Amino acid sequence: MIDIKEAFKTRKAFIPFITGGDPDLDTTKKVLLALQDAGADLVEIGIPFSDPMAEGPVIQDADERALANGCTTDLLMDAIAEIASSMHIPMVFMTYMNPIYTYGKEKFMQRCKEIGISGVIVPDVPFEERAELSEACEKYGIAQIAMVAPTSEERIQTIAKTSEGFLYCVSSLGVTGVRNEITSDVGSMVGKAHEASDIPCCIGFGISNPEQAAKMAAVSDGVISGSAIVRIVGEHGKDCVEPVREFVKSMADAVHTA
Amino acid sequence: MFEGKGIRMGTKGRFGPYGGQYIPETLMNAVNELEAAYEHYKNDPEFVKELNDLYRDYAGRPSLLTYAKKMTEDLGGAKIYLKREDLNHTGAHKINNCLGQCLLAKKMGKKRIIAETGAGQHGVATATIAALLGMECEIFMGEIDTERQALNVYRMELLGAKVNAVKTGTRTLKDAVNAALREWTARIEDTHYCIGSVMGPHPFPIIVRDFQKIIGEEIKEQVLKAEGRLPDAVLACVGGGSNAMGTFYDFIPDTEVRLIGCEAAGEGADTPRTAATVATGKPGIFHGMKSLFCQDEYGQIAPVYSISAGLDYPGIGPEHAELFRTGRAEYVSITDDEAVDAFEYLSRTEGIIPAIESSHAIAYAMKLAPQMSKDQIMVVTVSGRGDKDVAAIARYRGKDIHD
Repeated sequence: MIDIKEAFKTRKAFIPFITGGDPDLDTTKKVLLALQDAGADLVEIGIPFSDPMAEGPVIQDADERALANGCTTDLLMDAIAEIASSMHIPMVFMTYMNPIYTYGKEKFMQRCKEIGISGVIVPDVPFEERAELSEACEKYGIAQIAMVAPTSEERIQTIAKTSEGFLYCVSSLGVTGVRNEITSDVGSMVGKAHEASDIPCCIGFGISNPEQAAKMAAVSDGVISGSAIVRIVGEHGKDCVEPVREFVKSMADAVHTA
Repeated sequence: MFEGKGIRMGTKGRFGPYGGQYIPETLMNAVNELEAAYEHYKNDPEFVKELNDLYRDYAGRPSLLTYAKKMTEDLGGAKIYLKREDLNHTGAHKINNCLGQCLLAKKMGKKRIIAETGAGQHGVATATIAALLGMECEIFMGEIDTERQALNVYRMELLGAKVNAVKTGTRTLKDAVNAALREWTARIEDTHYCIGSVMGPHPFPIIVRDFQKIIGEEIKEQVLKAEGRLPDAVLACVGGGSNAMGTFYDFIPDTEVRLIGCEAAGEGADTPRTAATVATGKPGIFHGMKSLFCQDEYGQIAPVYSISAGLDYPGIGPEHAELFRTGRAEYVSITDDEAVDAFEYLSRTEGIIPAIESSHAIAYAMKLAPQMSKDQIMVVTVSGRGDKDVAAIARYRGKDIHD
């Protein structure tokens, strides 16, 4: 598995998100390779969950499609293992606590290590509950990537100090999804985090076009985009690989030249 | 009477291994702020007085403890008392919690209340108190539940609330909770999420329990007055578990009193069409808490089913999970058929039409009472009245009556 640091070594990172198994695992494998080709510096793969509490409608629908098509945690991990040797950028999982808990925390992290997953983002595990995962993560060297939000205020620095890999800075209130405008002062969020730690700070939630991506990259170390990509997958189904590649290239270029 | 002094607050709301705060970071400051406000106001004499005045003068507390003479004689065993939460204003125990939480939210400066609802009873109670306190109110209800409880939807709208039919997932209670949580992350500053059961992230399971524990405290006082001793068993239905937790809490130290929670088995706890969490669920982490959940081997939350929209939930409050783990409380499963029979039985025998949720507790009382001796006493909490269910029960019996 590849150190997450690699993603931030030479430039600001563009981090695309896709829901694993949407619409099927074959497409997921092709899309992951296309994301890498298009200039992604790190990829975030969602393990579909029946009740994704932090997601807006676009990713909720993707989770439903993937589950309806029979995607399971094991099948997704097997699919990733098949392409792991061709992936030269770090991969991280984004999922909810219950799929990890039910799978078995130790077994989950061990399997992550085996298939080349470098970190996990678990939105329903805040700072107060991070011990739920830290033992298993440490044992297998999986980074526990923490999140800060516009409401975090005095919590930002404490969280930044404990985050591993990078710090996920949530751009706005609410759930994931395309937003026309990001009104929160994310620059100051990143500034506060950097006062406490030199961990890379990446901004996500609502970033859906190259202009926004460039603007966010200017005040951070990286940009995460999910719903805008997942929407393309939803529209094109199995034929999404090329349109996704094209969109991700435009986003990655915007971030890299910011 | 609500008494805040001496209430135990656990470490981050842990009940043994269960409980906790498994929610997005966006909500953490909101729950911390709520915890601090609750710690303050539960000991504030003015808040306590206001709440107790509302309990008495608005909700109609204390609720009665009715001796079910005909039922007792008919079943031929334990002496049965009914705790009449159905007589509260709005027709269920839900108002106890809504009065407490909405008053607290108002003190915190919140202007808007959001809530999930299953059968609609919590939604109606929330909309009622929001109207009373002059707060804006928005309710999230699964689309299927808006159909089976259409009358309650209109009732909430009549009270000035906006009702959102939730069209995602299984379109029932759990999806309504998802929608309310998502809405709360989008608008926190002026909004309080009034969770309707002893579930969710800390401090909700404790706050809701504290506002419901008045049920068991009144039972104790009333049964001591009537019988001069404690009951041998107390029964209540369990979905998330708020009326059961309220019924049980004051009796937990009285180990001679059996605490029995009655879950919804739907078509049977051995079928996939069930909502019996303790019987079929496993430990998991969902909706902000570690507890027991109906789920598959990969942790996907199972679609659950019960005739009762209020018990149609794939989890159970964390304190119940702990009462089950330690063996202090027992949990039994009651099928749709048994609940409907009990609904009709209590109506005919005592002239009390219970909510279909409460009918699950009545159904187990009908099984248990004959096994107990005549000098034993049981108390069954009738958590709500059944007017809202009449049309659905008629349909269940093949009669085409619509709300």
